[in-house]
Amino acid sequence: MTYFIDRRANAKHKSAVNRQRFLDRYRTHIKRSVEEAVNRRSITDMERGEKVSIPTRDISEPVFQHGPGGKRTIVAPGNKEFVEGDRLRRPGGGGGGGGAGEGGASNQGEGMDEFAFTLSREEFLDFVFDGLELPHLERKALVDLDEVRPVRAGVSKEGVPARINIVRSMREAYARRIAMRAPIRRALREAREALAEEEHKDPVLRNPSRIAELKAEIERLEKRLEAVPFIDTYDLRYNNLINQPQPSSKAVMFCVMDVSGSMTQGHKDIAKRFFLLLYLFLERNYEKVELVFVRHHTAAKEVDEEEFFYSRETGGTIVSSALTLVDEIIAKRYPPGQWNLYVAQASDGDNWDDDSVNCRELLMKSLMPRLQYFTYVEITPHAHQALWEEYETVAAEFPDRFAMRQIVEAGDIYPVFRDLFRRRTAT
Amino acid sequence: MIRRKPIATGSDWSFEVLEAYEQELVRLADEYRLDTYPNQIEIITTEQMMDAYASVGMPVGYHHWSFGKQFLAVEQAYRRGQMGLAYELVINSDPCIAYLMEENTLMMQVLVMAHACYGHNSFFKGNYLFRTWTDASSIIDYLVFARKYVAECEERHGVTAVEQLLDACHALQNYGVDRYKRPSPISAEEEMRRQKEREEHLQAQVNTLWRTIPGPVASDTLAADQDEEDPLGLHGGERYPPEPQENLLYFIEKNAPLLAPWQREVVRIVRKLAQYFYPQRQTQVMNEGWASFWHYTLMNRLFDEGLVDEGFMLEFLQSHTAVVNQPPFDSAYFSGINPYALGFAIFSDIKRMCEAPTEEDREWFPDTAGGDWIEAVHFAMRNFKDESFIQQYLSPKVIRDLKLFMVVDDDQEEMLEVAAIHDDRGYRRIREALATQYALAVREPNIQVYSADIRGDRSLTLRHVQDSRRPLARSVYPVMRHLHQLWGFPVRLESTMDDDTVARRYQWPLPEEESRSH
Repeated sequence: MTYFIDRRANAKHKSAVNRQRFLDRYRTHIKRSVEEAVNRRSITDMERGEKVSIPTRDISEPVFQHGPGGKRTIVAPGNKEFVEGDRLRRPGGGGGGGGAGEGGASNQGEGMDEFAFTLSREEFLDFVFDGLELPHLERKALVDLDEVRPVRAGVSKEGVPARINIVRSMREAYARRIAMRAPIRRALREAREALAEEEHKDPVLRNPSRIAELKAEIERLEKRLEAVPFIDTYDLRYNNLINQPQPSSKAVMFCVMDVSGSMTQGHKDIAKRFFLLLYLFLERNYEKVELVFVRHHTAAKEVDEEEFFYSRETGGTIVSSALTLVDEIIAKRYPPGQWNLYVAQASDGDNWDDDSVNCRELLMKSLMPRLQYFTYVEITPHAHQALWEEYETVAAEFPDRFAMRQIVEAGDIYPVFRDLFRRRTAT
Repeated sequence: MIRRKPIATGSDWSFEVLEAYEQELVRLADEYRLDTYPNQIEIITTEQMMDAYASVGMPVGYHHWSFGKQFLAVEQAYRRGQMGLAYELVINSDPCIAYLMEENTLMMQVLVMAHACYGHNSFFKGNYLFRTWTDASSIIDYLVFARKYVAECEERHGVTAVEQLLDACHALQNYGVDRYKRPSPISAEEEMRRQKEREEHLQAQVNTLWRTIPGPVASDTLAADQDEEDPLGLHGGERYPPEPQENLLYFIEKNAPLLAPWQREVVRIVRKLAQYFYPQRQTQVMNEGWASFWHYTLMNRLFDEGLVDEGFMLEFLQSHTAVVNQPPFDSAYFSGINPYALGFAIFSDIKRMCEAPTEEDREWFPDTAGGDWIEAVHFAMRNFKDESFIQQYLSPKVIRDLKLFMVVDDDQEEMLEVAAIHDDRGYRRIREALATQYALAVREPNIQVYSADIRGDRSLTLRHVQDSRRPLARSVYPVMRHLHQLWGFPVRLESTMDDDTVARRYQWPLPEEESRSH
């Protein structure tokens, strides 16, 4: 006896729980891999999963096994030239001895000392942002009303054919048919009864004209009954959709970078990663994140991403030029009532001496009151200069919303990033 | 030339076509006296196949990270195209569940049905090891019970506690089987009914064994060996257990001093499942050989009767050849002896020596040569395991065909020695050596419970009997650690030579920790 069962529609991911258990168990290993990946990867491929390797010995499931040594007898196939009594040199490494039949060949490929697997993009990013929380993630009030989502709202008599609610329409039609046919049926039944009565009478007493009249009446009624339409336009009901404004949160992130001659490509690479992490982070917390790239040397300019990261400039540095431009852009395009505003600035700390004070003024008076958060990273192994000192006073003024850190090499980025956005415990 | 009326052509399949082929296979299987459990054939997707793989084919199982690891490994290998997924998976249950992957071609589906639903299925039902050790009708229920029980434990005692316990049990699961005693078959209902009862009973037993005040020591042993350190003979009682115990998990379940009742139950679950897989570990060559032999025979019959076309048959032969291919030892593809190849060769050879016996066959296999081949292969399938099967049926012809040779690797010699090749002097020795290679006792170190010090420090001592001076691998330490978790007191392991002298001692916790605490 045999029967076939089609299981294809059944749940997949039966192993999801076990997979999660595995990932939890090796959290520390995986995190290390993820951190390395964040530092190593180029910007364009941050948005994918990551291959993670864990040393096999760390995840092995030990059982009692024979070790190398002692006397082993191996039977192997494919003898070509050996005869009994031949002596052979041990194949490299000693003790390996042909490796036949011992303990079953590994199905994970031979000789791997790393257990490798792939994290999905979601899993990867979860590990990247594990334990981090976006500062001041407040939902701005109902944003511009053109951001709406259609929502089902009952049924209506008007609509487009694509949204016909068939069940409701047929129910309406059925009710209408019953209502419209009932009087006709009643009249028909009465006419038939009258006719039967008439025909039942003694032939002498029959009234032929009455019979003819009744027959005509019956015929007319039957036609009317048939003429009641099965479905009519006013039976139709449509699923009603209304547009509901959605409380959504939008964010804009300003990337401000110094591209003066003192910033080397190495500095820029580090800055790049910093921006990228912030962007990924915002993207996960807001439905919509816009990016604005502002680069500056002595003058600031809004550019596209390509130009921001990859073109070179030379010259001196006036930081306030960039901050002024950011201020203008906010005023023009991103009213703070509707947007969450973030600024991330990367620089090597150089600035015209006189300009640092301007920066502080600008931040304190104009920018900080409107921003959600301002992060500043200084990529330099050297001593701090005037800009850092001025920023410190700003930081003292806005301790919750202004963060600054120093980065020396690429490996520092991730810890700095974690530090900046560490989940704030309620104080 | 017969007229071909194939049931279907091309590589697409449908349920109707599969059922039609199924009908034909039943008819042919009957003719060959293949006795099977009912078949439950499930069509599944690739993803589901990977799931099934990860849980060793068990349709339900308790949750454990190691299955997740297995899944990731399978998925990775599959993505890289390193491994085609095996196109079949069959579960020893009644009804016998076989999985077909939806993207298989028609030929593949028919092949899998022949291979799994008639080959493996009849093996599960007929082979003595499976008949003795597993109860196909209750395994699924038992798995469901196990999954529920473990899930309950996780709720009550936390995921981590259960996970650590399972880790420890898994490390010992190959030692969770009575090799020589016939076990009681597992049954889910029985388990649940008796579980409560057992918890209490077990605990009482353990309490008796470990009560702090020992019973009076028999006076004759007291007089017999006087020990200066122990003049009253308090430690001199009978060794416990009196006989070495090979079933470590069973011993732990019944005797570990500190385990809570639910922990004993989990140990039992792992032990019972290990018992279910025990026959499979010992019949790989036979099982795969038997299934390959029958898919080959049945597919050829379908072709002879004109039920499949030439394209189908060519595709089949290509696939079959790949499955039973044995690369030579010096090939890049060599990874040990292919059980499909060896098993298929031996079963085919039994058929050959029945139908066309040679002088050599009559001399080597007087009982089989020239007999009824169907009876002969069934006899072989029913009454052997890999070790004895090879010992009994590996013929000179198969040794010659596979060009088997035997190498002795002795770490006391500088060179390897070719001890035998496929010639008159070598046949018997190769047969002997190959059979031994499949003996479980040789593949896995022989380790037994030697003594539990119930009067002293409660330590547990295991004994490993070295096979041809082969020592234990380094994994012995982590396993000892797991054992220690279960036992709760120091565990020792003595690795002994053939002459009973102890070659090496292991212990956990490690001695330096111990000496520090003294």
